[in-house]
Amino acid sequence: MHELSIVSSIVETVTESAAAYPGARVLEVRLRVGALASVVVESLEFCWGIATDGTPLAGAKLLVKTLPVVLHCAPCGQDVELEGVQSLRCPRCGELGIDLRQGRELEIDSIEIDEVEETL
Amino acid sequence: MTTRIVELRRGILKKNDELAAGLRSSYAAAGVLVLNLVSSPGTGKTAFLELTLRELRARGAKVAALVGDLETDNDARRLAASGAPVRQINTHGICHLDAEMIGRHIDGWEGVTLAALDYLFIENVGNLVCPSSYDLGEGIRVALLSVTEGEDKPLKYPTLFNSADAAVITKIDIAEPCSFDRDLALRNINEIRPGIRIFETSAKTGAGMEPWLDYLAEERTRRET
Repeated sequence: MHELSIVSSIVETVTESAAAYPGARVLEVRLRVGALASVVVESLEFCWGIATDGTPLAGAKLLVKTLPVVLHCAPCGQDVELEGVQSLRCPRCGELGIDLRQGRELEIDSIEIDEVEETL
Repeated sequence: MTTRIVELRRGILKKNDELAAGLRSSYAAAGVLVLNLVSSPGTGKTAFLELTLRELRARGAKVAALVGDLETDNDARRLAASGAPVRQINTHGICHLDAEMIGRHIDGWEGVTLAALDYLFIENVGNLVCPSSYDLGEGIRVALLSVTEGEDKPLKYPTLFNSADAAVITKIDIAEPCSFDRDLALRNINEIRPGIRIFETSAKTGAGMEPWLDYLAEERTRRET
C-alpha cells in the first residue's frame, strides 16, 4: 500500500506547478501509469480524496491512463504490445525479450486548470 | 474563466529518483557495491544475509548492512552476530525503504564510511510490491523467493522480478517436503526477467552459497574496471 505515498508526491508536485498560475484552480490531474508500475489504480483513486482534502487540489479529478507493456522484439524487428505482465514473450514469434519500451511509467502527464482572466 | 491544459510530463517519484542518483554516484566514488534485498516477509532474507555477511568477512571483504523494518531492531541484532556493522531503519508503518531514508542512515552512521566498505547490503522491508518502485541507488537489486512460497510468485509480483538483477531461491533444504517444483519456479522467473542470474541456496546448510559469493566478487571487479 504505497499508493498514499505516491498520491502525496503527486499533490506536492502539482501544487508546486500550479503555483505558477496564481488564482487558478486545478480541475483535473492526468497520470500515465505503466502496467508494470506496480500501482493499483483503484487504490490511487481511493487515496486521492483523502490526500487532496484541505489542499489547493481539493475537488480536482484524477484521471489515470494505464499503458500496456511494449517490448522491442529483436527477431521481429519491431515493437510489440503485450496483453499481460506475466511473461515477456513476443506474441508474434514467441521469443522472450528484455528490451522494454513501455510499461514502467509512473508520471504526471498534465493538469487542467481554470485560469482567472485578467481584466484589462 | 478559461480552462487550460498544462503539460508536466514529470515522474511521480522524481524526488526519490534524484536522491537515488546522488546515492549511486556516492557509492561509485567510494567503490562500494550496494545490494538491495527484496522479498516477502518470511522468505529468509535475514538468515541469508547473515550467512552472506559471515562468508564475505571470512573471505576478507569489508561489509556492512542497513536493515529496514516497520518496527523493532530484532533483525539488526541478528545480523550484528555476523560481526559486521549493522544499522536498523524503522519506517514506522511505511511499507518500503526510500532513498532519503538510506542517505540519512548512511550519513549519521557512527564508525562506518562508504569508502572503507567493499559491500553494503540493504535488507528492504518485507514486501514484494512497494519496494520495487523505489530506487535506492543500488548496483544490484536482488529478488528472493523461498521454496515455501509457491512457484508462481514471480507471475503474481512481476514488477519486482522484472526490475531485479539477480534472483535467489532460499530454503532449498526443505524443497522436497514442500513439493517445490524447481523447474517451474526457474521458468516463471525467466519468463518475466529473461536471462537473470538465479541462485539456489540454503542458509541452514550453506548449500549454494559459493556461486552467490563468487557472483558478488565478479560483479565488484567488473564494476571497478
